[in-house]
Amino acid sequence: MNFNEPTIDYAGISPIIALTVGLCVVLLSAVFRPLRRSAPGLTLLTLASAAALLIWQWGENVDLLTEALRLDDLAISISLIAILMAASCVLLSLRESAVEQAGPGEYHALLLGSVLGMTLLAQAQNLVTFFVAIEILSIPLYILCAANLRREGSLESGLKYLIVGSLGSATLLYGMAFLYGGTGSTGFDGIAAGIAREGVLGDPLILIGIAMAGVGLAFKTSIAPFHQWTPDVYQGAPTPITAFMAVATKAAAFAVFLRFFVVALGPQLEEWQPALAVLAAVSIVVGNVGALGQDSLKRLLGYSGVAQAGYMLGGIVVASEAGASSLVFYLAAYAFMNLAAFAVIVARERETPFGDSIRAVRGLARERPLLAWPLTISMLALAGLPATAGFIGKLYLIEALVEGDYTWLAVFIAIGTMISLAYYLRVVAAMWMRSGSEPAPGATPAIAGASPEADPVDPEAGRRWYLVGPALLATAATVFFGVIPQPLVEFAERAGSSLFG
Amino acid sequence: MINSLLWTPLAFGIVGLFLPKRATGWWATLGAVATLAIAVGMAIDFDAGNSGLQHTVDVAWISGLGVDYSLGIDGLNLFLVLLTAVLWVGGIAFAAFREQERPQLFFFLMLLAETATLGAFLAQDLLLFVLFFDLMLVPFYFLFGVWGHDRTEEGGPTAQAATLKMIVYTLIGSLLMLVGAVAAAIISADGGQLTFSIAALQQQGLDVESQRWIFWFFAAAFLVKMPAFLLHGWMPDAYRAAPLAVLVVFSGVLAKVGAYGFLRVVLPLFPDASVEFQEAILVIALASILYGSVMAFTQTNVRLIAGYSSVAQLGFITAGIFALRADGADGAILQMVNHGLVVAPIFVIVAILVERTGTEDIRQMGGMALRAPILAAFFLIVALATLAMPGSSNFVGEFYILNGLFQEKIVFAFVAATGVAMSAYYALRLYQTTMHNRVPDGVASREIGLRDAVVLAPLVLCILGLALYPQLILHRTAPAVQRTVAKVRGGDAPEAQLVRAGAHDWEPILTKP
Repeated sequence: MNFNEPTIDYAGISPIIALTVGLCVVLLSAVFRPLRRSAPGLTLLTLASAAALLIWQWGENVDLLTEALRLDDLAISISLIAILMAASCVLLSLRESAVEQAGPGEYHALLLGSVLGMTLLAQAQNLVTFFVAIEILSIPLYILCAANLRREGSLESGLKYLIVGSLGSATLLYGMAFLYGGTGSTGFDGIAAGIAREGVLGDPLILIGIAMAGVGLAFKTSIAPFHQWTPDVYQGAPTPITAFMAVATKAAAFAVFLRFFVVALGPQLEEWQPALAVLAAVSIVVGNVGALGQDSLKRLLGYSGVAQAGYMLGGIVVASEAGASSLVFYLAAYAFMNLAAFAVIVARERETPFGDSIRAVRGLARERPLLAWPLTISMLALAGLPATAGFIGKLYLIEALVEGDYTWLAVFIAIGTMISLAYYLRVVAAMWMRSGSEPAPGATPAIAGASPEADPVDPEAGRRWYLVGPALLATAATVFFGVIPQPLVEFAERAGSSLFG
Repeated sequence: MINSLLWTPLAFGIVGLFLPKRATGWWATLGAVATLAIAVGMAIDFDAGNSGLQHTVDVAWISGLGVDYSLGIDGLNLFLVLLTAVLWVGGIAFAAFREQERPQLFFFLMLLAETATLGAFLAQDLLLFVLFFDLMLVPFYFLFGVWGHDRTEEGGPTAQAATLKMIVYTLIGSLLMLVGAVAAAIISADGGQLTFSIAALQQQGLDVESQRWIFWFFAAAFLVKMPAFLLHGWMPDAYRAAPLAVLVVFSGVLAKVGAYGFLRVVLPLFPDASVEFQEAILVIALASILYGSVMAFTQTNVRLIAGYSSVAQLGFITAGIFALRADGADGAILQMVNHGLVVAPIFVIVAILVERTGTEDIRQMGGMALRAPILAAFFLIVALATLAMPGSSNFVGEFYILNGLFQEKIVFAFVAATGVAMSAYYALRLYQTTMHNRVPDGVASREIGLRDAVVLAPLVLCILGLALYPQLILHRTAPAVQRTVAKVRGGDAPEAQLVRAGAHDWEPILTKP
């Protein structure tokens, strides 16, 4: 019997190696007392080297590890977004009580583990790697959500996420089993060939498999009606983790969503397109309506994330190069917009007794203009107003949808955006406008948010460089790519064309 | 030059953010005056015989999405740009004379609004137009919400609620317009090179089926902006909430962007749909005229009288455009400028009256003319122009509109003509009840101060100037209007009979066969 040693492209998997090594180092650093303080620094170093290696690989288009992974510009761009968010999460976590409670080494190692999962997921082109990556991504997040050990909300959030996430994973795995049964292959290309051979209608196994895998992915990307966990988990988790989850998880899950549906299920385009389009529309409506009247900013962003996931799903629905590019563009823009918002929320959580309640930002324009501007621009960008990256992102999605004959979904985006103004502008109004009907700030310092009880209050948090810096940089990026979007458009086009090219 | 026109206000605004509080008002006024100077320079440079675009700029902006940064001036927008520049000088100067809260931010937003509005008028790329059209809302949202008035003790909404209502209303239209714009470009590109250039789209043409629905997406945006009857729900609350200095530019210019959009985008790109839905739009326009007029003479709040009169006037302008004849459209453009020039001083005067009397209710005003003859004279000129007194430029504008409408749809013209009569009633009512009668207790009639006179006098001079020489506008708009309308009519548009010997010689029109 011949046994061929598999060729290993070490350059291709170097980012994964870097992340894995970094993970071990950070974890070990917790053991040695003198190194305990260095966990954030080591994490940033790891992330930076992984990012550098990814950028080095930019433009590659290769299969890795016997076609288990595929390194292309789509995977690289999504991984870069995840790494950007993880690095910001490290900064936002400085002096976060959750880090102390969970232990800095463990906290940061888990964070790196999740990033590793995302990097793998973005490259996965085999059902096995797909599932393993999604678990590597999820399990650290379950723990991180509960990192704030002394706060009930955080524990509840972690448990909820664990149960719902496991349900999603189980559904996904079940679907994968059906797909394997129907097509006899675990590789995406093999599945495509199998489906083309059998015909989807000819084999109920495949149909059930597609449906269940779709549902599992919808859980992970918080698409309605599989979104119920999102607001609760977002609200309960430590805010830096919420920021990380909101963008990075979504980015990685959307990447595999795209790859799985376009590559593996590409032959049966007409069968799943309408179903996903309906899911997108439902998500837009449910997310936007749910966000109305939310007083917790994190819940509000959670629901808004459901709606935004609906918009982004549009990029997958059309299954075209323009769709994939618009999805990557929107994810990048979404990262900047959310980062600015969450940085401000973290700062206000630490310096006011109001937690993440909308009260915490009341009168912010006078009190802390350097925080008010980022949150304002972030809200306007999420609402899709012009001169921000959010507008260009919506434009890009709408172009892709109209081109793909899904104009009605584009109209849904327009209507959803209109509803969303009501809650985004409410936050803006709280910062800038005096409100007659509501009581003055400070009159009733009731605990409205979920996080304040155990948190030490840092009255100067609004001036800390590690909070104001990311907020301002993200805002600058939001406006810059709104006015000069060409560089980001080219980045997204490279990513999109790598899947279809 | 066109670039400096567009970006000068914003540049001044950004610098103003870093100036000391006392200086920002004057700095902003300087910025507005500089913009006006550039605009006037371009108007002098303007070649009246050329129906095409002048002073164009055209560079690729987002090449991946087919969006160009393309600006230009022609007869359709030249005077609207001038109007914008003039009214912003008035509005900003008026505000600069008064104490403002957080002045740096206030003037920054005012100047940002000017850039956005100029951008909407100048844009020659459909998407750039949509972008500026939406961007206009942002500064006004803050201006109304932060510096506006809560009306809770009168049972009205807070400033915050009123602006939210305005934003949601206007954005429904704008977002649908965005979808419509993208659809128009993609359908007419038909797999080829995607472009949003209005001229290119016009050349490529669009099938009738698509025109039908895209037409309404655009019409919704423009009709809300004006606002037209049934879509005006945001107007009363927003007008009552707005600070008066902001209302000067808001009611003077913003509504015109909607009407201008019909001329710039809808007629050229959706000619078949425009013909098909001509009567539907005319019905909406007439309903606006009647409803606006009736409301204007039943309201007692001075802001709302002016606000509803705008609804009626914009109805008139829409009717002129949708006569789909050159004379109607010529009149519409003239009337847009006229209306901007009369409604802005009305709001300045209203602001002066409110400061004197402490109320916005006309039943509690009166007798102002007693010791304020100059103020009264200014107001009289403006009121007479509003009711389109023969000899005023508004008369010429309405005449052109009605002339166009009579030849196209005579029944609609008769109804529209009643609007002229009704405008006399509400304009004179506003003038009489505030200026004549008895002075209420506790109110002193005072002459207009020098500061306000400086703001008001140039605006009134503009009205007088146009009354003497409306040809200034008509002469320059005619070629571009002719070109626009000819496209709708498939080339056989009847040419407008221009008034040749000034405003007082009507011979050529009246003797027309």
